[in-house]
Amino acid sequence: MSGTVRSLLALGEAPRARLGVGVLLGALTVLFGVGLMATAGYLISRAAEQPAVLSLMVAIVAVRFFGLGRPIIRYLERLASHDVALRVLGRVRVSFYRRIEPLAPAQLDGYRKGDLLSRMVADVDALQNLYLRGVEPPLVALLAGAVAVGAAAAFLPAAGLVLAGGLLVGGMAVPALSGSLRARAGRRQAAARGELSAELVELLRGAPELVAFSGEAARLERIRAADSRLVKLAQRDALATGVGDGLGLAVTGFTVAGVLAVAVNASAEGRLDRVLIAMLALLALASFEAVTPLADAAREFAATRAAGQRVLELTAGGAAVRDPDQPAPAPCWPFTVALEGVRARYPNQPRPALAGISLSLRPGERVALVGPSGAGKTTITNLLLRFLDPAAGRVTIAGRDLREYRQADVRRVISVAGQESHLFSASIGDNVRLSRPEANDRDVEAALHRARIWDWVQALPNGLDTLVGEEGRELSGGQRQRIILARALLADAPVLILDEPTAHLDPSTASALMRDVFSAAGGRTVLLITHRREGLDLVDRVQTLPPGSAGIPGHTARRRR
Amino acid sequence: MRALDPRLLRRTRSARPLLTLDTMLGAACALAVLVQGSVLALIVARAFQGAHLRSLWFDIGLLVTAFLARGALVWGMEMAGRRAAWSVLSELRLALVEKRLRTHPIATDGTDSGEVTAVAVQGVEALEGYFARYLPQVVLASIVPLLVLAWVAIVDLESALIMLLTLPLVPVFMWLIGRYTEQRTRERWHALRHLATHFLDVVRGLPTLRAVGRANDEAAALAEVSERYRVTTMETLRVSFLSGSVLELAATLGVALVAVTAGVRLVSGSLGLQAGMTVLVLAPELYVPFRRLGAEYHASADGIAVAERMFALLDAPADASTPSTRTTPNPARSAVRLEQVSFSYPGRTGPVLDALDLELAPGETVALVGESGAGKSTVAALLLGLLAPTAGRISVGATDLMACQADAWRRLVAWVPQHPTMFSGSVADNIRLGDPAASEDRMHAAAALAGADDFIRGLPDGYATLIGDGGRSLSPGERRRIAIARAILKDAPLVILDEPTADLDPASVTLVSRAVRRLRAGRTMLVIAHRPELVEHADRVVHLRTGAAVSEQNRRAA
Ligand SMILES: Nc1ncnc2c1ncn2[C@@H]1O[C@H](COP(=O)(O)OP(=O)(O)OP(=O)(O)O)[C@@H](O)[C@H]1O
Ligand SMILES: Nc1ncnc2c1ncn2[C@@H]1O[C@H](COP(=O)(O)OP(=O)(O)OP(=O)(O)O)[C@@H](O)[C@H]1O
Ligand SMILES: [Mg+2]
Ligand SMILES: [Mg+2]
Repeated sequence: MSGTVRSLLALGEAPRARLGVGVLLGALTVLFGVGLMATAGYLISRAAEQPAVLSLMVAIVAVRFFGLGRPIIRYLERLASHDVALRVLGRVRVSFYRRIEPLAPAQLDGYRKGDLLSRMVADVDALQNLYLRGVEPPLVALLAGAVAVGAAAAFLPAAGLVLAGGLLVGGMAVPALSGSLRARAGRRQAAARGELSAELVELLRGAPELVAFSGEAARLERIRAADSRLVKLAQRDALATGVGDGLGLAVTGFTVAGVLAVAVNASAEGRLDRVLIAMLALLALASFEAVTPLADAAREFAATRAAGQRVLELTAGGAAVRDPDQPAPAPCWPFTVALEGVRARYPNQPRPALAGISLSLRPGERVALVGPSGAGKTTITNLLLRFLDPAAGRVTIAGRDLREYRQADVRRVISVAGQESHLFSASIGDNVRLSRPEANDRDVEAALHRARIWDWVQALPNGLDTLVGEEGRELSGGQRQRIILARALLADAPVLILDEPTAHLDPSTASALMRDVFSAAGGRTVLLITHRREGLDLVDRVQTLPPGSAGIPGHTARRRR
Repeated sequence: MRALDPRLLRRTRSARPLLTLDTMLGAACALAVLVQGSVLALIVARAFQGAHLRSLWFDIGLLVTAFLARGALVWGMEMAGRRAAWSVLSELRLALVEKRLRTHPIATDGTDSGEVTAVAVQGVEALEGYFARYLPQVVLASIVPLLVLAWVAIVDLESALIMLLTLPLVPVFMWLIGRYTEQRTRERWHALRHLATHFLDVVRGLPTLRAVGRANDEAAALAEVSERYRVTTMETLRVSFLSGSVLELAATLGVALVAVTAGVRLVSGSLGLQAGMTVLVLAPELYVPFRRLGAEYHASADGIAVAERMFALLDAPADASTPSTRTTPNPARSAVRLEQVSFSYPGRTGPVLDALDLELAPGETVALVGESGAGKSTVAALLLGLLAPTAGRISVGATDLMACQADAWRRLVAWVPQHPTMFSGSVADNIRLGDPAASEDRMHAAAALAGADDFIRGLPDGYATLIGDGGRSLSPGERRRIAIARAILKDAPLVILDEPTADLDPASVTLVSRAVRRLRAGRTMLVIAHRPELVEHADRVVHLRTGAAVSEQNRRAA
């Protein structure tokens, strides 16, 4: 078993006992079918010798037994295997989420959102086939095939030999061929699906601008291209399926013919009772039910592996930002938060976003941070939340490097109203309460009030239960910002960071809001990042960031011009 | 959604020849099965009577040939069916995307992009089996059983009658399948849709979840949702698998009955071995088409459930103005007027705009101010034809905007939205969205005017740096300046700027207001702004008050 498969199986281990039951029932289903056809063939042949009816009784009972039993066993088998698949799916989903969660945001930056979505939904979904297609069918085939071969061999060893050969070819060579035809296409298929999904997500999100700038035709063309790539790959898949199914039938034909030939020969030589010819032929024919699903399984499994590789690839490197083995105890308020000569660089970027910045926030101090766009103000927020670790220098809380704490402890004491904080497609209340789920409606109301949006929320017919839409799309720009602010205020953390809280507000609302926020902040440390004047009169000091390093060469060039 | 919904069938038009071929191959395949069973019975019977292997080689060869023919036919069916299906699926997928894009650019119907993506990718794919296998099987299920019965009747009428007796189980199974699969698939689709929209939301919001320390709750929620899904699915599966079992029971009981009665009649001598054997081998074949039909139905049930949603999206009435043939007056020469325009978002009570009058005279720069949530961005969307007024009319000169060709109108308008989107591609591509044919120099000049040239040149690959979804992140202020450059490059007679200076530092604001002043010449402009810097330059300032009309305040620009 390859390393990929092993790591995939580790993602969502199937309950072994249930898996065993599924395999057993699967084998029994096949064997009951074999039993039915074989005993019926025997019954007919034996009857042709016109014995007393009573002497056929055993065969008659056996035929009925197998006939009645098979549907029942099959029913149980389907339930058992689907149960296993769903359980595995649940586990895979959760463990996949747990692995990618620590990667956000920095390590997921290079992936397109729609592609991530496709990995999380389609590729993870495909992993439920791991057991359903990759583990169960081979075991079922092995078990049922062995019993069928044994039974045939018991009557006529040569027939057993022929059947064994046929089953091996039909159960190994054909699936291997069909699977390998699919394997190459499968890898590209999962990628193509991700690409299509990425194009779609992007197109739908940017639809207003695309339409307004008449750029939709070009984007639709990209979708058409992604779609036709998928179609081409599906045709490869059809070829693999056709080859698998077609060859499977051919192998069945040759095997049945072979068994017939040896049986007829043996009967002519008197080594085999003639009533057993039909039985052996039908047994051989029916036992191929054990291996026919294998070609399909091999193909699906190839696709599953491809999907699995995409899932693993995402989480291969592990998280860059990790908790220490022996974390320091959570910081105890009051404490100072500081950046000491910090250089920060985003992954894969040649230039640092921050170069040698120092900043100190004493307990209860209110500091405004200003500076040109792109100077790295938001990057400081990312450093404080440990979404990014400094390349040089230290970020400290209470004098200790942030890296000595557990990430969760750091985030618990710092509450951020981000410039780009996400609003979930849920209600206003849910979005605010995210920062403190146990908060009651009164607290939520108070937070919204301080963010100067309660009056509007209250006037809505559904109030707090009003849905905000995907990414808060159903709110105006200023409303979105204030909901995000309310969320940060609700958190009740000793350090509050506000990144551009007033960018989309009119001057009078903005200054009223800043007054409210600072009076609500009480003894908390506040870092206000802003381009605007509102609020600057309420802070203890204003610190200016120099232009970002990305902008420097351009700046100087411009001055000279 | 019914299994044979006419809307789905209509979509197969272009694929009919291939589907017919597929069905014919299927029928041929059934014939091969009949030949194969009969030859097998013949061989067994002759061997029983003591025939030597030497005299049977021809028959055995025939048997193998029948199998090989089946193999080839199955291969052909797979190729034809899938090819047919994919041509239908591509059409459906593109129709859906195009429809969403052109008629619902601003999705006011509460449809998440995660859902549309799920429908267009997985949903459409789930219909593959429906077109490739289910539809041909519907035809086959009504032909092949008759073929089998007729063949058996020729061999032995009595056995044919017994098999006919077991057939009434089929309607029972059909009923079961229809009844429970529908419910089950609707649930499955809900689950899939939930996952897609939810995951897209999570993917986008993961940093926020982590920042507020809620990332772990999400894992727990995920485990719970999965477990609940498993339990409900298993409940429905328990019933819905019964349908398959009932048919299986019909098949095995049929075989058992035929075998036992044939055995008894063989003993009495009223039936020959070859006939008995033929009947026995062919008996299961009677049910195969139904079983396959059931299996294919199960396999494409997800797709059928999605189809319901897909057609709802495809048939939804348009939000935005739709293309027509009227030529559009140029806003540089004709006034743009909102006359008694009202607008309300579906799902919100009360209008956002209530009988609003607003005129943009040719060459005029109007500043639109007003409280957050007053409806300023909504006015911009209406002017662009991205939304249609619920009452009143928007006119350009004497022409109603809704009667104009949307594409042609939008070519005359440049727009900087409040939250600009960067599309995956280079910085240059993003600016060139304004004018794909623009020369390098013009593009750089537009960027310089927007105050973006400096920082763009500082990016790792300058104008070739890949940004947008999956590319290098930019700060909001950087993105806004690219959006402004994009609008400048478009060089359109009507310019709409929605908060062009939000998240810009004072130096950039100065640059942008200088650009606005430069742009004014020969253009009509609507500037939505909170900041005095931009309002100062306007010919006129219009105050928008929540829900109500506008008060105007004329004053000359500085
Ligand atoms: N995820 C990222 N990957 C790579 N570079 C980034 C990323 N985020 C920001 N940058 C770059 O880092 C620099 C600092 O960005 P930052 O967002 O901190 O600026 P800012 O001062 O907050 O600007 P604004 O005032 O526009 O919000 C910018 O040049 C920006 O393009
Ligand atoms: N897609 C939508 N669905 C429902 N309601 C919406 C939608 N978009 C906006 N609204 C509501 O319509 C009102 C006007 O929104 P609009 O975005 O036009 O305001 P605005 O004047 O631009 O405000 P801001 O200055 O904050 O950007 C707001 O109350 C908002 O909640
Ligand atoms: Mg920022
Ligand atoms: Mg707005």
